Amino acid sequence: MWTIFTNNFGMFMEGLGYTLGASLLSLFFSLIIGTIFALLQINPSRTARIFGRIYVEFFRNVPLLVITMFFYVVIPRLGIPLSGFAAGSIGLTLYTSAFIAETVRAGIQSVDPGQMEAARSNGMTYVQAMRYIILPQAIKITVPPLGNQFINLVKNSSVLAFVAGFDLMYQGNLIASTTFETTTTYAIVGILYLIITLPMSYGMTYLDHRWSGRNTREEA
Amino acid sequence: MSMIEFHDVEKYYGKFHALYHINLTVEKGEVVTIIGPSGSGKSTLLRTINGLERISSGQLIVNNFDLADKKTDMNRTRKNVGMVFQHFNLYANKSVLDNITLGPRLVLKESKDKAEEEARALLDLVGLSEKAKSMPNQLSGGQQQRIAIARSLAMKPQAILFDEPTSALDPEMIGDVLNVMKKIAEQGMTMIVVTHEMGFAEEVGDRVVFMDNGHILEDSKDVRSFFEKPKDERAQEFLSKVINH
Ligand SMILES: Nc1ncnc2c1ncn2[C@@H]1O[C@H](COP(=O)(O)OP(=O)(O)O)[C@@H](O)[C@H]1O
Ligand SMILES: [Mg+2]
Repeated sequence: MWTIFTNNFGMFMEGLGYTLGASLLSLFFSLIIGTIFALLQINPSRTARIFGRIYVEFFRNVPLLVITMFFYVVIPRLGIPLSGFAAGSIGLTLYTSAFIAETVRAGIQSVDPGQMEAARSNGMTYVQAMRYIILPQAIKITVPPLGNQFINLVKNSSVLAFVAGFDLMYQGNLIASTTFETTTTYAIVGILYLIITLPMSYGMTYLDHRWSGRNTREEA
Repeated sequence: MSMIEFHDVEKYYGKFHALYHINLTVEKGEVVTIIGPSGSGKSTLLRTINGLERISSGQLIVNNFDLADKKTDMNRTRKNVGMVFQHFNLYANKSVLDNITLGPRLVLKESKDKAEEEARALLDLVGLSEKAKSMPNQLSGGQQQRIAIARSLAMKPQAILFDEPTSALDPEMIGDVLNVMKKIAEQGMTMIVVTHEMGFAEEVGDRVVFMDNGHILEDSKDVRSFFEKPKDERAQEFLSKVINH
């Protein structure tokens, strides 16, 4: 096992780098896009709510691979060249953002409605109330499920292997097909994924404990 | 000039008729108490005044703003009218001090120093100076409600609405909250108070309004004789029930 690892060290590390890169990019953008669509779904405007709902239902219910293939195959035909890495990261971002939108929406809606009423009565605008009162409370409620989304995101980034995205899974396939050491190669790939996801898992648990230790809302 | 004027106001929730032709005028500095059975529309009435609910028809003028007019900026109206809720609704993610200073800083654009100086004076007024750094969930219900009152006072409102401010409190805490409210009333604040505390209504109120099933059935400036014997039959029935309990 060790020799497979050291002989192909460069490829494993390159794969790890692409996997991390795609995950971090998608994490960043899916958080922003997901929060925007969460806010749209609870917007006072009906049109905004419907639009948000359609986006979420669409990307949540179409397989990630289909979304990714669309960007890898269809979009370049329209004259916009996209690398496998780009297509994979966009697919991951859109797919994950739909789940994040659901998680954040649920978090916001679990904040006592009295908080919004108090903030509005206090003279704040809807946006101020959201920003200073509702979202900070929603984020704390949202941390454990968001952590799960992020871990799923890292695992789902293996979709890049299908579109030549140079990620860990892609490199693993390559190494396995040249060395024929499939079991060992995929074991190493699995361990490398765990090296990313396990610390995330523990980090989330830690944050969750720390945040739920104080500032918790007293049930009336 | 009147502070709050309802003219033939109707309020529907969908098909449900919650307020029937409400006519009510509250003068500056007046303390009006609203009593009546649960579900009679007391909260709805209060909530229309600060725009948490829109009226369906009629005219509602608060501090010279016409709230029925879609062009009226509700945020500007709300700045001038505070509200104290049954369940306090302190901002759970903010300290006591921040609960009080947030509105003045964000909405009135006060400096941090000025807002905090004023907040400390208000904490003194409600008798909770030592709690500035506490989080809401570290306070008793009565303390939370006094902070909520301080928070609404910090906006220097033209009027404060109280929706059953003592209904969620243990009996031994009610007195502290009522005392603070009495102090504010004595300073000349315009107040509308939905309450089941008949003693407070009689002692502090300038006027008492009885509501049932979305109607104002009695509106009396002679508070003492109202509590001796209301003119309206249902008010008599309601009072005899509350007082005998
Ligand atoms: N948001 C709402 N949607 C539908 N019905 C409501 C809503 N709020 C209050 N109601 C109804 O309006 C009536 C008056 O309620 P409310 O104003 O809360 O009464 P009170 O404060 O006197 O107990 C009740 O029958 C209540 O069920
Ligand atoms: Mg009520």
